[in-house]
Amino acid sequence: MPASAIADGLRRIGGGTRRAVARLGFAARFAVAVVLHSPEGLRRLRLTLREIYFAGVLSLVIILVSGLFVGMVLALQGYDVLQRYGASESLGVMVALSLLRELGPVVAGLLFASRAGSAITAEIGLMKATEQLSAMEMMAVDPLARVVAPRFWGGVISMPLLAALFSTLGVYGAYLVGVKLIGLDAGAFWGNMQAGVDFREDVVNGIIKSFVFGVIVSLIAVFEGYDAKPTAEGVSTATTRTVVGSSLTILAADFVLTVFMFRGVGA
Amino acid sequence: MNRSSIDLWVGIFVALGLGAILFLSLRVGNLLTTTNQEGYRIEASFANIGGLKVRAPVKSAGVTVGRVDRIRLDPTTYEAVVTMTVSREYQFTRDTIASILTSGLLGEVYIGLDAGGDTQMLADGARITKTQSAVVIEKLISQFLFDKAQSGGGK
Repeated sequence: MPASAIADGLRRIGGGTRRAVARLGFAARFAVAVVLHSPEGLRRLRLTLREIYFAGVLSLVIILVSGLFVGMVLALQGYDVLQRYGASESLGVMVALSLLRELGPVVAGLLFASRAGSAITAEIGLMKATEQLSAMEMMAVDPLARVVAPRFWGGVISMPLLAALFSTLGVYGAYLVGVKLIGLDAGAFWGNMQAGVDFREDVVNGIIKSFVFGVIVSLIAVFEGYDAKPTAEGVSTATTRTVVGSSLTILAADFVLTVFMFRGVGA
Repeated sequence: MNRSSIDLWVGIFVALGLGAILFLSLRVGNLLTTTNQEGYRIEASFANIGGLKVRAPVKSAGVTVGRVDRIRLDPTTYEAVVTMTVSREYQFTRDTIASILTSGLLGEVYIGLDAGGDTQMLADGARITKTQSAVVIEKLISQFLFDKAQSGGGK
């Protein structure tokens, strides 16, 4: 019977859409609830400090090493193209602009999502699976204020600092390759960089980007953890969803932010 | 991990992060040079500024002495009016020639100032009267071809 088969197919699409919209709505209400519970959560500053330690300090190694290597590779490849046109002196400004505007916030955000976001989701998901969240509610402790808000703010605070460190190490890596290895003039390297990089246009916009990515990753991570099915499989699915979801959202948000921030710069 | 060592590491992390932002602002960006730009403004009008952009350097004898602040079109003369800030430590004579130059074939476009022999110096807000426009390579080529064609036709 083709008619009922078509109806079945439509029903499946409809059910999927309804569930997706309901989940989105729940996520939005969850986000508002996290923000509303934040003052209560931030009153116990030690909890947030502990989360900055787990999300930020423990991500330092991967962020610093990646930043250094991204900067060094960028300098090697950039030099290869630039020297063909006799513009190798612009290496510094090219590396600095790529890192400050795009690579610093985006790559640091992706690394942060896989290093810290997944850990946050797994931790909250496991707390839910082992009924620790329900136990807290029984003891009149609000898990939103006690568990979720500190992790959210820990991520939001850590992310811009990590992105800035990533860009700094990247610029230093480019300096190592460009000046120490290839032998460009250090004065031209820094001078062109300072002439070409604008504080408001490039540095501040990069910090705004990394802050937005911090909010995105932290929110998705705590939401997926909180929303996870309380089983071993559910926690593993939620962790995967955090990494995939926040990476894709970072890339989409980066495109939108770039369109708004840098559209008129070249003109 | 006990309390005080978590505090210590978070402190180190935040200090490092803020240090990185400071480094990006001061060493990579040019926050210091733009905010502390003590200088005086001078104007110059050109028939054609070529590829000159705002924030392009103003150089004299190859030394950067200032930056271009604003570029606009004068609606009556249809000339480009360039406003630039020059550092106070450099004074230029009133008959200074401002020309639009390019460093190398593909390099950046900048304004070159050549001081003359006048005894009076340019004041704040003064206008340079002697200017030399950008050299537009397409115009040069077309002029060259035109001259060639004409001399060829005369033979």
